[in-house]
Parts: sequence; C-alpha cells; structure tokens
Amino acid sequence: MIDIGLGHYLTLGAVIFSIGIIGIFLNRKNIIVILMSIELILLAVNINLVSFSIYLGDLSGQVFTLFILTVAAAEAAIGLAIIVVYFRNSGTIRVEEIDKLKG
Amino acid sequence: MIAHAIFFYVFSVIAVVSAIMVTVSKNTVHSVFFLILDFISISCLFIMIGAEFLGMIMLIVYVGAVAVLFLFVVMMLNVAQQKNQWFVSKDSSRHIPIGLLISVIIFFELIIVIGGWKYKPDLFNSAKSSLENGVSNTHSLGQVLYTDYIHVFQISGMILLIAMIGAIVLTFRQREGVKKQSYLKQISRERIESVEVLEVASNKGVKIDD
Repeated sequence: MIDIGLGHYLTLGAVIFSIGIIGIFLNRKNIIVILMSIELILLAVNINLVSFSIYLGDLSGQVFTLFILTVAAAEAAIGLAIIVVYFRNSGTIRVEEIDKLKG
Repeated sequence: MIAHAIFFYVFSVIAVVSAIMVTVSKNTVHSVFFLILDFISISCLFIMIGAEFLGMIMLIVYVGAVAVLFLFVVMMLNVAQQKNQWFVSKDSSRHIPIGLLISVIIFFELIIVIGGWKYKPDLFNSAKSSLENGVSNTHSLGQVLYTDYIHVFQISGMILLIAMIGAIVLTFRQREGVKKQSYLKQISRERIESVEVLEVASNKGVKIDD
C-alpha cells in the first residue's frame, strides 16, 4: 500500500477510463457531457502513457501525451462547434431528441 | 516514500470522485467545474511523478482553454436548466443496466491486463528521476521533441490549424440586417455620385432622401 508503483497509476487510469465509458452510456442530458466523458477517457490514456514513460525511463510516452493533448483540444473545439450549429438549427441538444438520422 | 503514497492517494481519490461527479451531476455547469478539478488533480499527479512539463501544459491547455470553452458553450446554449432525467424517462432506463455492465467488464479487463502483465520486478520502485544526469524534464523533452519527433510535431500544428478553420467555418453565419463596414464601398466612392447640386426654390426646402 505504501510503495506506490506503476500498478497504482495504471489502476487509476483504468478507473477513470471506466468512469468515462459509464458517462457515455448512461448520459441522458446533453451531448456536452458526452464530450466531457471523452475528455476523461483521453485523460486516462494520458495517465497510462506518462506513468509508463516515467517508470520505464523512456521519454516517448510523454511526447505522445503531448500529441494526445493537441488532438484532444482540436476535437473539443470541433465537437463544440458542431454542437453549437446543431443547437442553432434544431433548438435542442438533448440526447433523446437528437434523432434526425433515425438511428 | 510515505509522502509519495499520501499525495498519490489524496490526488487520485479527488480525481476519481470528481470524475464520477462529472457524469452524475445534475447541472452541466457543475460537470464542467468537476472536470476542471479532475484535470487539476491529475496534473498534480503528473508533477509529483516527475513529468512537470506535461503537468503544467495540462493545466494551461485543459483548465485554461478547453474547460473555459466548455463553460462558454454551456452558458451560451442555455442548457444548464435542463435537469438530469436519468430515472424519470422510461425510455432511457433500459440503457442503464447495459451501460453499467459494459463499463464494469471493461474495468475488469483493464485490471486483468495490469495484473497479468509480467513486468520486471524492479520496475515497481525504480521511478527513474529525469534529473539524474542534470537535465530537467522540460529540457530533455525539448531535445526529443524537436529532433526525433519534428515531423509529428509539425503535423500536430497542422491539426490545430485545421481544427481552428473547421470550427470557424462551422459556426460562421451571415446575419441579415446587421450593418457592417465595407472598406471597398468606402474607398470606391466618387464625388459625382455622392455630391449633387440642387436648385432650391425659396421658402420650400429640399427632400434629400428621395
């Protein structure tokens, strides 16, 4: 318990990843919370990469975490822009009422 | 070692609890606040483990930009009043058991992967300090990032540019009835079309607007 090793960090990443999955599945409010859950999932991936990078002494993990940060920021911007456009066109972003594609 | 353990448990408990609160809180604005708390505690973990550059970048990018963007959109779309209706709507409640099941399965798969992976025994405790050869984390990251990964670095810049253009193109609209300044019209005015000499009858005046 006292010795914090790689396994602790990986477990933390797994917990946060699963919470993100739960957030995507159980969300009934609006799409913005789904986007936030995706951010949580990317955060869990970042935790894994950084802890492996530190404990293996290899810097590549941190470099790729940087790129994941970039892609996450771009994804958040595009996703929020799509949500804004959708809200402007249809007046709602509730998950239940978004059924234009009849899926 | 004790301090490491204490800080790890404190920050990870805060991170997990706030991640749960992101998904279950009724108000979307509260979800964004808990997301900020989550990112802050994870970046504290990063700084503690020795990746201080990534921790700081995480604070700047996520808390400073992404979370504020989320907050802007939440407030702009006026969805904060839409209350959570998890267990009210009968249509949605059938997703909940399936979602919980899938999430639990994924969690235990990840735990099995972590537990079954035969890493080297000395890997647990040998947190290599990046300061051992007198080079800070930021310095060594910069040495790798601008030499070995320069192409990927530039491609990520292109991704950001395309994302910016895409967001602007998606949300741009021309509204009717909004007066704008048109430089072309301003500089292409001629004297002959803007100044006119009129014959004015006495005691009558002129209606210029006609």
